[in-house]
Amino acid sequence: MKELSVNHLIGIKHITKQDIDLIFETADHFKEVINRPIKKVPSLRDITIANIFFENSTRTKLSFELAQKRLSADVISFSAAQSSVKKGETLVDTVNNILSMKVDMVVMRHSSPGAAHFLSENVKASIVNAGDGAHEHPTQALLDSFTIREKLGDVGGKKIVIVGDILHSRVALSNIFALQMQGAEVKVCGPKTLIPKYIESLGVSVEPNLRKALEWCDVANMLRVQNERLDVNYFPSTREYTQQYGVTKELLDSLNKEIVIMHPGPINRGVEISSDVADSQQSVILEQVENGVAVRMAVIYLLASKIKN
Amino acid sequence: MSQKLLLNAKEINIILHRLACQLVEKHLDFSNTVLVGMQPRGKYLADRIKKILEEEYQIQNLALGFLDITFFRDDFRRGEKPLEASETQIDFLVEDKKVVFIDDVLYTGRSINAALTAIQSFGRPSEVELLTLIDRRFSRHLPIQPDYRGRQVDAINNEKVLVKWQDNDGEDAVYLVTK
Repeated sequence: MKELSVNHLIGIKHITKQDIDLIFETADHFKEVINRPIKKVPSLRDITIANIFFENSTRTKLSFELAQKRLSADVISFSAAQSSVKKGETLVDTVNNILSMKVDMVVMRHSSPGAAHFLSENVKASIVNAGDGAHEHPTQALLDSFTIREKLGDVGGKKIVIVGDILHSRVALSNIFALQMQGAEVKVCGPKTLIPKYIESLGVSVEPNLRKALEWCDVANMLRVQNERLDVNYFPSTREYTQQYGVTKELLDSLNKEIVIMHPGPINRGVEISSDVADSQQSVILEQVENGVAVRMAVIYLLASKIKN
Repeated sequence: MSQKLLLNAKEINIILHRLACQLVEKHLDFSNTVLVGMQPRGKYLADRIKKILEEEYQIQNLALGFLDITFFRDDFRRGEKPLEASETQIDFLVEDKKVVFIDDVLYTGRSINAALTAIQSFGRPSEVELLTLIDRRFSRHLPIQPDYRGRQVDAINNEKVLVKWQDNDGEDAVYLVTK
């Protein structure tokens, strides 16, 4: 049987199409497991995992924790707000202290791009990147592709538009890498100020008009406006943003086809997506959340299988 | 590597009919019994037993599922090769049901041990039995014995019992392979 080509999941950029296929095949099995009356398997009973979140998270943290518990791993979690990081401890020291308590794997979210990569080179544990600044969020991209594959049969050949704040989004970058690796075509759509200048060098074209972008695509992935990262005004007002880049039911109904609407959460209802769209049949937002657990179980299981006794 | 034929198609056919007959004797109309084939290789045997029960004993509404035990195995991260999972298809609950596990070869008993844990994810069975085509005696690591056995085989550790099925391998045969 195949195994992953990597010992850490730092970013989609570091893995191969074969790795993605293997993760999806394994996630199919785990999706069946989490729909059983007893949703748990004992595979990782001798593995301990630390979830270290230096940045806020609800969905990702819960999803990782649940995935780990469904695999019977022992889990410790902490948030930086309650930790000695505030007292001046370095990242490597913090993690090495945790590892000396016999931890095998670290899932980390950090506000600095490259933090997960840095850690993988400096500590002896398997590292899973749960988001590093505006760099990558690989498990989110994997669960997005997994959901597209489930909904449309295949990712290859599909047209996907990512709408919103591309500049500050790690979800966008990981998605672009993952989708292109699987043979999908990607466009981005958003205010010019929130589109990175180099984006076309990634083979991604820019469509400034939302209606045209939606008419072109099979799937629209709506990103949240990350107010916490907007240090200056990138657009005049939220109201103006919504008028130009918010998806509404009227807009979707006026298209000549039915497209799939995705959102990595948390959603700002009435900003990038209206409530009736978020709750509609076309939206797969809650499927994404369910698939997130299965995909994360697959990633953790496959990485753990490479940790030798 | 050499191989010796242990059972040919005709012998397998006779054994399958005997096993089906023994099942009917114990479970009658199968109203409270479910069959569970062990993935990946017990699936073919389970399919064949089901076919005989339906066609020759007119058993109706026979519940058959397939259980994959990969995530319940006790050798995760211990072997050289990574484990490969197969699909689990069990669309019924086993709560208070009589469950019959079906596998082609019983060797160390570790797979069945894992299956006993795995099946609990689908409820608490009232009892569990084991049917195997080949019972490799003297090689058990655990106190597990079949309730219905096709043929007992004495094989030493560098020998492998290979079961082939018409549906998958193009012939019904059992070989003893020496590495």
